[in-house]
Amino acid sequence: MSSENGKRLLETDAGGLNFEATELTLGLPGEPRVTSDGGAKLGSKRGFSETVDLKLGDNNREVKLGHSLQEAAKSPVSKTQVVGWPPVRGFAKRGKKSCKYVKVAVDGAPYLRKVDLEIYNSYQQLLTSLEDMFSCFTIRNYLNEKKIDQVNGIEYMPTYEDKDGDWMLVGDVPWQMFVESCKRLRLMKSSEAVGLGLTTGPKYSSTN
Amino acid sequence: MNYFPDEVLEHVFDFITSHKDRNSVSLVCKSWYKIERYSRQRVFIGNCYSISPERLIARFPGLKSLTLKGKPHFADFNLVPHDWGGFVYPWIKALAKSRIGLEELRLKRMVVSDESLELLSKSFVNFKSLVLVSCEGFTTDGLAAIAANCRFLRELDLQENEVDDHRGHWLSCFPESCTSLISLNFACLRGEVNLGALERLVSRSPNLKSLRLNRAVPLDTLQKLLMRAPQLVDLGIGSYVHDPFSEVYNKLKIAIQRCKSIRSLSGFLEVAPHCMSAIYPICGNLTFLNLSYAPGLHGNKLMKLIQHCRKLQRLWILDCIGDKGLGVVALTCKELQELRVFPSDPFGAGNAAVTEEGLVLVSAGCPKLNSLLYFCQQMTNAALITVAKNCPNFIRFRLCILDPVKPDPVTNQPLDEGFGAIVQSCKGLKRLSLSGLLTDQVFLYIGMYAEQLEMLSIAFAADSDKGMLYVLNGCKKLRKLEIRDCPFGDAALLEDVGKYETMRSLWMSSCEVTLGGCKSVAEKMPSLNVEIIDECEQMEFNLDDKQKVDKMYLYRTLVGHRKDAPEYVSIL
Repeated sequence: MSSENGKRLLETDAGGLNFEATELTLGLPGEPRVTSDGGAKLGSKRGFSETVDLKLGDNNREVKLGHSLQEAAKSPVSKTQVVGWPPVRGFAKRGKKSCKYVKVAVDGAPYLRKVDLEIYNSYQQLLTSLEDMFSCFTIRNYLNEKKIDQVNGIEYMPTYEDKDGDWMLVGDVPWQMFVESCKRLRLMKSSEAVGLGLTTGPKYSSTN
Repeated sequence: MNYFPDEVLEHVFDFITSHKDRNSVSLVCKSWYKIERYSRQRVFIGNCYSISPERLIARFPGLKSLTLKGKPHFADFNLVPHDWGGFVYPWIKALAKSRIGLEELRLKRMVVSDESLELLSKSFVNFKSLVLVSCEGFTTDGLAAIAANCRFLRELDLQENEVDDHRGHWLSCFPESCTSLISLNFACLRGEVNLGALERLVSRSPNLKSLRLNRAVPLDTLQKLLMRAPQLVDLGIGSYVHDPFSEVYNKLKIAIQRCKSIRSLSGFLEVAPHCMSAIYPICGNLTFLNLSYAPGLHGNKLMKLIQHCRKLQRLWILDCIGDKGLGVVALTCKELQELRVFPSDPFGAGNAAVTEEGLVLVSAGCPKLNSLLYFCQQMTNAALITVAKNCPNFIRFRLCILDPVKPDPVTNQPLDEGFGAIVQSCKGLKRLSLSGLLTDQVFLYIGMYAEQLEMLSIAFAADSDKGMLYVLNGCKKLRKLEIRDCPFGDAALLEDVGKYETMRSLWMSSCEVTLGGCKSVAEKMPSLNVEIIDECEQMEFNLDDKQKVDKMYLYRTLVGHRKDAPEYVSIL
């Protein structure tokens, strides 16, 4: 299961834009995320993991879960759904129609990972997931907050290569547009990024 | 060994209409094979990749009606990529080139392009009937071609298709000379239709028996249509929203009362529940009622409606009917044979839902029940055992507990005993879908008792390969087996590969079968196509035989590997 560091980030309200909705919160999975006005939860598709009462180890019975349930149980995204369940036709295409796996490289890491962008609904979900995946590193979120990792004091800028082959800062364009154009991700050491003049956060900040 | 001239045999064969029987007849001897094939008019092909159009045409030159099915069933639940296959174009192209006088085409889960529809509409002078179920790939332009060119069209039936609606005037494309329509169903279209054209079309179709409208047809048009077609037997209402005190509503009441032949009612794609009383006059005659698209209809209004439907044989409803509502069904609908309860909120917590109680009530009150599709919050072994006792006539039993590994909430036990009771009691069971917490034991029961079982759907069940083996060894009549998320691996898959030749198809996804295992099946059985569907290209760089296969679909075929598979499908 994903990390249990209930860190909460401070928000800066740059340019009068509403950042609350995009606040990067690292609460425990399953914890409701309520905005300050008590409004609806974000990304509030009811997670499968909430409706499933996985009685593991009950009555000394070892329940062998199918892959999909195992994946749902350990996915870092707190709200996950199992594809194709319940077996009901035509309800607004909730299941994955396609999957978009992209490679994720982290400067200094000996191997790459792959993530499926289709399972996320927003930048913050993606970045949370990446943080879990590379838990020893700290990713500078696109709100331009400096988060210094306690262990090795390195921070990273999330960048991606788009369809044109250019390296872009994650967070500038609407989420769906990003999913469509992203070919691969690279978490670049901030120290390297200094020379690129990336000192201000990206412009795009509304949800999904 | 022919004591009769061919014509006599042919005449006798005319009385044999079921596909199974005609297939059996053709196997008796060469002479019967020949007579049968020349006289055969209707052919059913359950898997479009099991045979080629050319061979079909060669064998049955007198073909008039063709039914084709494409994608595997799990495609309905987004488990099969959209471009996997099932294209109808090659079939229409081949038929068009031949001298076949096609009159009827019925397709299910196939990809149908506008080009195909246009070619179809222009190639067969006597074309009469097009039925598309769960298909995709076409737009209303394709429908316009059908409307415009099929001069003797009797039936255009679109069920649950994904149609790109260009809001064109396809309905206006029916020429004035077209007066032959018997059945028109466009409920699945999302766009506007030319209401005037629709009214005129209905007016000039005296044989129209079945009319299912889409959401864009408002109430006042419905009223006009009913006035022009009081002979309707099957009605699908589009929009049913209006003010109960309006002129339109009064006119509607009068129009409905004239429709004394309506036996089947569906739609209500938009509904204002306080106006259901206008429907009451026809409820007493209904044999089929489908309210599964009307979440706005529940509670007392719904129950009152049901109480008028004493002759119902088939009921499709949403789970917001609740256990209490099902109690009303049990008291009222003594002729009920088929019940389908769909989830109104499949991904939600489901407060408005049904449980085992509702099912038990219906089983007690409706002894003729033989077909069930039931989405529920929970189920108990005790309930299933009771249902099995009350209704030994089930042909189809499909239970879907929304939480797929939920045990019996009362005893915390798996549901093995409950389903075991069902298969033991229902000796004629042909189709079964399981859910809930299930161990290998339930499969032991299925293998032992489900002698007539033809189709089995399994998800998140079993403990080991034994489960699958019990089924493969025991169910002699098994034709379709579809499995997802079960711990079945190569040992089960490879135990009896010859079995798969006796079946139409096997689907296994998120199980434990490996690439090596699948290759082994393919090697041993050249009469099977073994497809590996790998959308995420996880096998791109790793062709290790020990790699687990995400999705495997195998089926028997007479024509080898298909040539139209997309890149991510490997046929071993």
